[in-house]
Amino acid sequence: MDLDLILRVYPFFLEAAWVTIQLSVLTALLGLTCGALGAAARMSRLALFRWIGAVYVSLWRGTPALIQVFILYFGGPQIGIQLDSFAAGTIALGVNIGAYMTETIRGAIISVDRGQTEAARTLGMSRWETMRKVVLPQAARMMIRPLGVNINALIKGTALVAPISVVELTYTAQRFIGSTYKPFEMFLLAGLLYMIIIYAVGHGINWLDRRARIT
Amino acid sequence: MTDQAFVTIKNAAKSFGTFEVLKDINLTVQRGQIVAIIGPSGSGKSTLLRAINELDPLSSGEVWLEDVQINKKLPYRQYEAHVNQVRQDIGMVFQHFNLFPHLTVRGNITLAPRMLKGLSEAEANKLAEEQLAKVGLSEKIDEYPSRLSGGQKQRVAIARALAMKPKVMLFDEATSALDPELVEEVNQVMKQLAEEHMTMIIVTHEMDFAASVCDRVLFMDQGVVVEEGPPSVIFQNPENERTRNFLRKHLSR
Ligand SMILES: Nc1ncnc2c1ncn2[C@@H]1O[C@H](COP(=O)(O)OP(=O)(O)OP(=O)(O)O)[C@@H](O)[C@H]1O
Ligand SMILES: [Mg+2]
Repeated sequence: MDLDLILRVYPFFLEAAWVTIQLSVLTALLGLTCGALGAAARMSRLALFRWIGAVYVSLWRGTPALIQVFILYFGGPQIGIQLDSFAAGTIALGVNIGAYMTETIRGAIISVDRGQTEAARTLGMSRWETMRKVVLPQAARMMIRPLGVNINALIKGTALVAPISVVELTYTAQRFIGSTYKPFEMFLLAGLLYMIIIYAVGHGINWLDRRARIT
Repeated sequence: MTDQAFVTIKNAAKSFGTFEVLKDINLTVQRGQIVAIIGPSGSGKSTLLRAINELDPLSSGEVWLEDVQINKKLPYRQYEAHVNQVRQDIGMVFQHFNLFPHLTVRGNITLAPRMLKGLSEAEANKLAEEQLAKVGLSEKIDEYPSRLSGGQKQRVAIARALAMKPKVMLFDEATSALDPELVEEVNQVMKQLAEEHMTMIIVTHEMDFAASVCDRVLFMDQGVVVEEGPPSVIFQNPENERTRNFLRKHLSR
């Protein structure tokens, strides 16, 4: 193991880790937005919206995320969508994880006991008032853990933008391997940094989940 | 007390798919009257009760509260606004309480009045205190439902329904999920409502309670009202064979 080399290159890896973090945060925010919209569509009263939601989920979960990244980044210019690699990567991954989050959010909402809705509606509350004041507060607690699983997957999934040259951890490791021929050290260093990010986020999720428990 | 019809059900029928759960049911409840619905499992008691507040809308027939038709056919938005309005006048108590677990007792009681009647926080708090005092649970106002016994939960659920100042109360086996020793405290609250002349429709398996509290008893079987009358007649002198069979099983306990 070439420790000297690791000490020389690690500042570049830290910078790359920061890019991975930015990618993760933006992807998660976009994913949550798509997930919320997707879940709303999937549970809409209108068949058209339900259909759109179902198609979104099945197309985006039914194809590799890498292909989705490539379609947007390489195929986009052909249909007039010109994005830099970071933007294309973030959008493709965010919309992708949004399809998974759609199902997570919907699952948490439908797992709230029907009796809750019935009680609220019986008091005279509207569909939306019931959703907002009775169902969502309970569903939100139940979706923290499964959304944590989605977020864990999306952090690891950010490696999929390496092939379009976003200078994140995986790309950086590959680049240094090209010049140093030390894949073991480089991938180990990248893996270690991924692990730190994932552990930190995992702890955050656990903390949120504990705090949100109903007394 | 007037003698006019308060809740009216006309030619009510309901099918789930091809299965007819209710067949041509007619029922008139006067203001202040207390009606018990008894009958074997699957006879349609819950479905009838839930048709009254449109939780399970009828396939055909009419439901009226005073001079308002509850199950009016309207375009979606108007229909929603209409049922949200009429449901405020119809309290309902469920077998499994259905308290909101993320809210305290106070929150459970004040949520709908604050949102729908625009009460201020102070007014809503006063209302919660009044209703809780009525069901004997004043000291539980800041507890979460998970810390209450079944009997206490059901009394809070009753207080929550009463906080909307309903004109009629519907009870769907309010004590069936309770341990035997907790049944009485809930029955007591319902008796108290009876003394205050609350109009009530009570689905129950407790014949003694029905006999002591109700003005009228309906015996339902397979989606029809087989027999109805005052408790003295239904329980002591039923005419119909099916009623007799049912009561033999249920009174001999
Ligand atoms: N949503 C539904 N879909 C299909 N069938 C239903 C539905 N709800 C009720 N049923 C059926 O309708 C019949 C009447 O049900 P209901 O709940 O009204 O009976 P009940 O008299 O209240 O019985 P119990 O004493 O067990 O509560 C039953 O056979 C039941 O299986
Ligand atoms: Mg029932």
